[in-house]
Amino acid sequence: MTWPSENAALRKTIMRFDELELPNGLTVIAELTPSVHSVAAGFFVRTGARDETAALSGVSHFLEHMAFKGNDRYTADDVNRIFDDIGARYNASTGEDITTYYAAVLPEYLDTAVKMLSVLMQPSLRQDDFDIEKNVILEEIGMYEDMPSFAAYDRAMATHFSGHALGQSILGTVDSIQALSIDQMRAYHRRQYHAGNIVLAVAGNTTVEEIRRLSEEFCSSIPAGSASRTVTEPSPQPRTEFFPKEGTEHQYLMQIGTAPAPDDPLRFAAELLAVIVGDDSGSRLFWEIVHPGHADSADLSFNEYDGTGTWMACLSCHPDRAADNLLRMQQVFESVNRQGVTDDELEQARNKVASRIVLYGERPMGRLSSLGNNWMYRTEYRSAADDLAAVRKITQQDIRTLLDRYPLEPVTTVGVGPLTERPAACL
Amino acid sequence: MASADIITQVLSNGVTVLVEPMLHVQSAAITILHPTGSIYDAPGRSGTAAVLAELLPRGAGSRSARDLSAALDRLGVQRSTAVGPQHITISAATTAECLPRAIELLASAVTSPHLNPDDFHSARDLVRQTLHATEDEPQQRLGRHLRQCSYDAPWGLPPGGMLSDIDAIVPDDVRNHFDRYARPEETIIAVAGNIRPEQILDELQRSLGDWQGGPGGRPETRPRQDAPRHIEHQSAQTHIGLSWPAVPYSHERYYEAWVAVSVLSGGMSSRLFTRVRERRGLCYAVSASLHSLRDRACVLGYAGTTNERAQQTLEAVVHEIRGLPEGLTEAELQRCRAQAKSALIMQQESTSSRAASLARDQWHLGRVRSLEEVRNIIDGITADDVRRYALDHAPRELVLVTIGPDPLNTDCLADAAAAV
Repeated sequence: MTWPSENAALRKTIMRFDELELPNGLTVIAELTPSVHSVAAGFFVRTGARDETAALSGVSHFLEHMAFKGNDRYTADDVNRIFDDIGARYNASTGEDITTYYAAVLPEYLDTAVKMLSVLMQPSLRQDDFDIEKNVILEEIGMYEDMPSFAAYDRAMATHFSGHALGQSILGTVDSIQALSIDQMRAYHRRQYHAGNIVLAVAGNTTVEEIRRLSEEFCSSIPAGSASRTVTEPSPQPRTEFFPKEGTEHQYLMQIGTAPAPDDPLRFAAELLAVIVGDDSGSRLFWEIVHPGHADSADLSFNEYDGTGTWMACLSCHPDRAADNLLRMQQVFESVNRQGVTDDELEQARNKVASRIVLYGERPMGRLSSLGNNWMYRTEYRSAADDLAAVRKITQQDIRTLLDRYPLEPVTTVGVGPLTERPAACL
Repeated sequence: MASADIITQVLSNGVTVLVEPMLHVQSAAITILHPTGSIYDAPGRSGTAAVLAELLPRGAGSRSARDLSAALDRLGVQRSTAVGPQHITISAATTAECLPRAIELLASAVTSPHLNPDDFHSARDLVRQTLHATEDEPQQRLGRHLRQCSYDAPWGLPPGGMLSDIDAIVPDDVRNHFDRYARPEETIIAVAGNIRPEQILDELQRSLGDWQGGPGGRPETRPRQDAPRHIEHQSAQTHIGLSWPAVPYSHERYYEAWVAVSVLSGGMSSRLFTRVRERRGLCYAVSASLHSLRDRACVLGYAGTTNERAQQTLEAVVHEIRGLPEGLTEAELQRCRAQAKSALIMQQESTSSRAASLARDQWHLGRVRSLEEVRNIIDGITADDVRRYALDHAPRELVLVTIGPDPLNTDCLADAAAAV
């Protein structure tokens, strides 16, 4: 079997990377690809749930909503209307580590897009907007409460990282949101939204001159300075917790173990191993659990956070099948830890991941996310071709090293659904 | 926005093939519309198509399930199967030079699946567990009930099947479903990407040009479910679904309908988002979208809201739906044009979107509408056109389905209807 020669294909695309720093300390990074039709821009702010105290739980995400309420010049209606006027695909998201604000537009609208995105960085945070938006946040909490798979993620993270900043909820709770004041949010914004804490990333069809002009014009007013984040090593303790959920019939199970951190060269091996063991088709978990119909889903993912990484396994099945499926999952993990993977499995995983990199990288929106995250986690630029080369180089020896250092060993097991405790297996 | 290069060809056995070369990308994608959707499930056997969709990749031609899966993985093929009312849709994408080699593998799954009775129980088990999981997701349940109240059966039945029917399905049902409805004459295959059309056409002719299918048939219409309807569920939110009839994709006024729905819910400056969410904070999720089958269509609306504010939210959403023809501005229309333009251009950056779009056009229209043509239509629509459409198609009755702890007062549906 020959390798898909996507490297050759990518080389045909003329691409250029540039980096610049504004006087206030804001970093601008850009990947310029003249052959695409659109351009995507985004602010990556190094702030998230992990930077909150208990009293501020949910403030990063709530602030992300409030950013769209505008400043002295633009009302909330103006902000959304102007983005819609230029046909932008725009949104924002809040995570444990990073808050992102982004827009994909046709090249002629990049100036408007960057201007409006920069408005989001310095919102007025008005009291009346805050009071109304608080209800929207409470509705969002209610919506996720009605989705047991999300509840399972929240509980699993809180349990695994108990006592560590990464265990803090992104949405917060009804109580923490209700108690939050506009002054607390303003103080949080003043502390976190400094130029040194923000990266503007641009990917797609534009020029360096244009980016320089736009960032100087619209980003220079962001106050200089940086926010501090102390990253401590989490030390998760083995725990099994079942959270019975009233009125549910289906069981969700999540297991978390420790995996390589973002700066660990083993992370590419970890991505491949997650595909081999837990991809949604053709993986070990697929053949052992999903294909025979024991569960409607069973997968494993590798996730990176500032300072650490996780293996996260998710299982969704009828509660009567939960015990046996947990045992099957354990057997798959133990067998991989002991015997590793086959050459065929490794080759298939390389090809799957390579084609994902190509497909994902064709859209400026896809490149923006990769560009921004590489910078936030590693302060490095990686082209799609760099990632392809890294994936190609992974050997059986790398997988062995990975498994010896970060075996597939769940530390945390969490259940959300009808079950009140971990059932005994009877396989 | 040139789409002049799209090639349409009917293979010797009747399969319609569309190919669009896209020279600025590195990937290629394929969409197969296989005419074996859920409307062909026999009464009381809803879920037959869903089990078939699970079985298609479980061994075909000379390959076992594992061989087929490994062969596709070696080519890096990202793939998914979806069951809809009319079709089972197989979508796949990979690097452009690997796609031709994937064609034979995908073709075998849709023309000569083993449908091995030994695999039947595990496939049915998987479908059953998938349905079981959605019982706990009120938003998904709502969507299923809303469609059942909006379209006659079998068009409105859940494509994934129903738990109450699933145990009645036997291996022969699936075999008969395939033997009767899988037929080249109603199969559409679209390929888009950095490929040579001759190579794709040759590969398709070689892989499935000899395939002969079943006689086909048309399902019998059965009544839809009554509305308004409330499903009791101890959820944090009350989930509100509303629907009303619209014109289908092939209708000459379709894009007027599209603009009308976009004014309601097309972006964050749309009426539902600004007036129900942003200014009043009544909900997080509120939306309306145009849902089109080949010969019928609906607008499906949704709002999720905490129980105490559900009544207020329902009334606010109904008010916006009823008030759609009022105060329609040129600015609102201009935003719809901008959104359409950027969506159409950005579609050219995704081979998967292009392949899906080619196949959809062929199914609904019997031809492909070029991006240029769509843009011209939308640019030509005036505020008056949209207002007239909204008046001509103003819902006489709104279909309401709710899921939550308590039913809502439905007076606002009737009152508003009388006013119109």
